[in-house]
Amino acid sequence: MIKNISNLGDAALYCDFGKEVNKDINTQVIKYFKTIQKKNIAGVNNITPSYNKLIISFDLKKINFNKLKKAIDNIEIIKGDSIQNKKFEIPVCCEKEFSLDIKRLEEKLKMKEEKIYESFFEKEFFCYMTGFIAGMPFLGDLDENLRAKRLDTPRVKVPKGSIGLTEQFANIYTFESPGGWNIIGNTPLNIFDSSKENKPNLINPGDLVTFKRISKEKYQNYHE
Amino acid sequence: MNKNYFEIIRAGINSTFQDLGRDNLYHIGVPFSGAMDNRNFLLANKLVGNDHNDPVIEFAYQGPHLKYHGDKINIAITGDVSFKIKKGDNLIDGECYQSFILENNDELDILSTNKSVYGYIAISGTFDLQFQWSSCSTNTKAKIGSNNGEKLSVNQKINIKEINNNFMNRKLNYINKKIENIRVIKGTNFNYFSEEGKKIFFKNEFKVSKLSDRMGMRLEGKKIENIVDTNIRSEGLIKGVIQVPADGNPIIMLSDHGTIGGYPKIGVVVSADYDRLVQLTPGSTIKFQEVDLNSAETLFKLYDLETQNLISQI
Repeated sequence: MIKNISNLGDAALYCDFGKEVNKDINTQVIKYFKTIQKKNIAGVNNITPSYNKLIISFDLKKINFNKLKKAIDNIEIIKGDSIQNKKFEIPVCCEKEFSLDIKRLEEKLKMKEEKIYESFFEKEFFCYMTGFIAGMPFLGDLDENLRAKRLDTPRVKVPKGSIGLTEQFANIYTFESPGGWNIIGNTPLNIFDSSKENKPNLINPGDLVTFKRISKEKYQNYHE
Repeated sequence: MNKNYFEIIRAGINSTFQDLGRDNLYHIGVPFSGAMDNRNFLLANKLVGNDHNDPVIEFAYQGPHLKYHGDKINIAITGDVSFKIKKGDNLIDGECYQSFILENNDELDILSTNKSVYGYIAISGTFDLQFQWSSCSTNTKAKIGSNNGEKLSVNQKINIKEINNNFMNRKLNYINKKIENIRVIKGTNFNYFSEEGKKIFFKNEFKVSKLSDRMGMRLEGKKIENIVDTNIRSEGLIKGVIQVPADGNPIIMLSDHGTIGGYPKIGVVVSADYDRLVQLTPGSTIKFQEVDLNSAETLFKLYDLETQNLISQI
């Protein structure tokens, strides 16, 4: 449930679901997101779910904070409207040229490379949110022993398809972008396709994701 | 096939097609984009008799040098811009906020914006563009929008699908006001900063850094000290949000911003000041002034009324 609604500037509502990050709270956020989206409230121009927050921005010409807050306060979340969890298996190649930070992680985590990969590839991940750059999924949760901080100095260019780890999360760089996550491999799969306007994101909040290790040969000959 | 087009002799620094942008896509990571300076975008279209959301060319600092081929067309430039029109051997100084006719082989040379960043070119016609999610706005980072998500480049053509017969000469007396204080509402992490840090934020001047673009404006100044945590759980952003990362220098989110961020939010620029904020050039100084939500809403009403007034004068 929303614990508190405040204003973020003069044209957005900041809905706070608390400090915790877990699947249950995130599922609540996504339910609110979907319900509000369906309501088509005049003036709302974006709804952004994240781990435990929901930001609703609006056109100040059409509605204002107090009016929209009232509408959200009174919204009823349809019970039993469960989120469909689609499942995806993402192929990942971990050859040296792709696993840019694996040595750094070995040091940071005091773990052998093979142990890191073993733990990573065994996990089923939950997609908490997408964004920062178009289509990037934020996936959790990594086992406690795989949690590392961001790079001290972020890369100016992280290659497209890179799989990154930071804290309890994994992500996929949908296109070349700056970024500070620890890169452990690369997927040949296209995660974001802007030409598919109705469904540009492969992975959406609530989906379940596993990763599968592939050889360099398979990577090079990969066809979707 | 297209008999009306612009030939690009020089593309300019960052020339892109823009309209009002695309909404309801933050949740998949796609920002609004759209014209940075909304008022000047609207005025450009009105000056050539277009609909309010028709695509225009936005340029930054040095704009494009274009040679026109085709039937006569009406053009308008808005912003604070120096430009020349070349008709045969005649080189004419252009004037903003006044429509003018271009004929076959005429040239339009956008020399530069004056102590501002963005300017706009509108035509009495329709550019031949691709739309994505109902918007032509080019987001060069995500490669979304018209021109394959790229800025204009030299030697390419800008095709014009059709020209409407709106050749009326329209004019507006308008001077872009410079702004000294940018008004902000306290952000959701305002209390992450020390008393001294909060004071610095509202009392000191900041300098706009060279590392500013359509995504964000970086500021430099006295370090704003964080006493809680220099990271927050990543959450949604909106344009105008002022984040302060560990180095203590504020970054303001602009129209092509990342949709999610993990730095504490010290404040949010009020909607009424956004158009003028984006026009601040690197090197200029900025000072923040605190306002509450009610005042921000009133300021926006006034600003919007003023914009509507200007539009109705054309």
